[in-house]
Amino acid sequence: MTDNKAAARNLALMRMKEALIEHVPHARAIGMTVVDVRRGQAWLMVPYDAKLVGNPDTGVIHGGVITTLLDNASGAAVQLALPERQAIATLDLRIDYMKPATPGEDLHCHAHCYKLTRNIAFVRGVAYHKDPADPIATSVGTFMLAANRAEVMPVEIDKILGKEAQ
Amino acid sequence: MDILSRAHERGETLDLQAFIDQIPYTRFLNIKVDRKGSEITTILKFHHELIGNPSLPALHGGAIGAFLETTAIIQLAYEISSGKLPKPVDITIDYLRSGRPVDTYARARINKQGRRVANVHVEAWQEDRFKPIAAAHGHFLLTPPDEG
Repeated sequence: MTDNKAAARNLALMRMKEALIEHVPHARAIGMTVVDVRRGQAWLMVPYDAKLVGNPDTGVIHGGVITTLLDNASGAAVQLALPERQAIATLDLRIDYMKPATPGEDLHCHAHCYKLTRNIAFVRGVAYHKDPADPIATSVGTFMLAANRAEVMPVEIDKILGKEAQ
Repeated sequence: MDILSRAHERGETLDLQAFIDQIPYTRFLNIKVDRKGSEITTILKFHHELIGNPSLPALHGGAIGAFLETTAIIQLAYEISSGKLPKPVDITIDYLRSGRPVDTYARARINKQGRRVANVHVEAWQEDRFKPIAAAHGHFLLTPPDEG
């Protein structure tokens, strides 16, 4: 029974990990996977790949890949902090690059949504190879909750044309 | 990179498209460069692998960030011919509108150029130049001390 429960939990966890990025074509295109999840926290990784190189002389991965990994992990951490699934939108993301990634090594990342308000989620992230205490980059980001598909256009049409059909 | 140091040594204008085509990741993103005189516009050609939210659909915030960072690097490589690839120190990206599944354009402006570091501002838009989808500012090391 305990084994069954553990197996069921593992299966649910696996499904959740897949659900976080399976529908994100850009994450799949760079080989991103979810390593682990916890309430408000996500661990993601991108395996080293020659197509992600930003400096052909050194083989160092492009900063943009680190941005993508931190952005995606931060968004996942917010989803994992929310009581129910809702649309979120990144407001801003600041990334500090501490050192270049080592060529040939996989990129790991941990993001933690440490504060939720009614409208905003606050997230910290760190990218590393093996040890989060030896970071390649760190990030801070804010996310808008219940982001409403950014459908501003109908509102503007209302303003320009009035609310009633002509 | 050879192409940077060659242009630097010979005092030639850098072929920007040839420069970024040597970078595997910008080839993967499919970034094009359009230079008219000193005015450089970069283009992120839309393709399915840039999508981050298929239900909207919208471009991935990371891909937009990478595009802004690349635009800054291209501007630096063009204006400050040091022969070295500038390295990002930090970058702050403001997401202003969701990126729709069409081509995206960007332009960068060097706010301040120091001897070792430069501050760059970048803006990206789609159909309407005055409705940016994202903006970024960041610092870049011009000649990393550890690499001479």
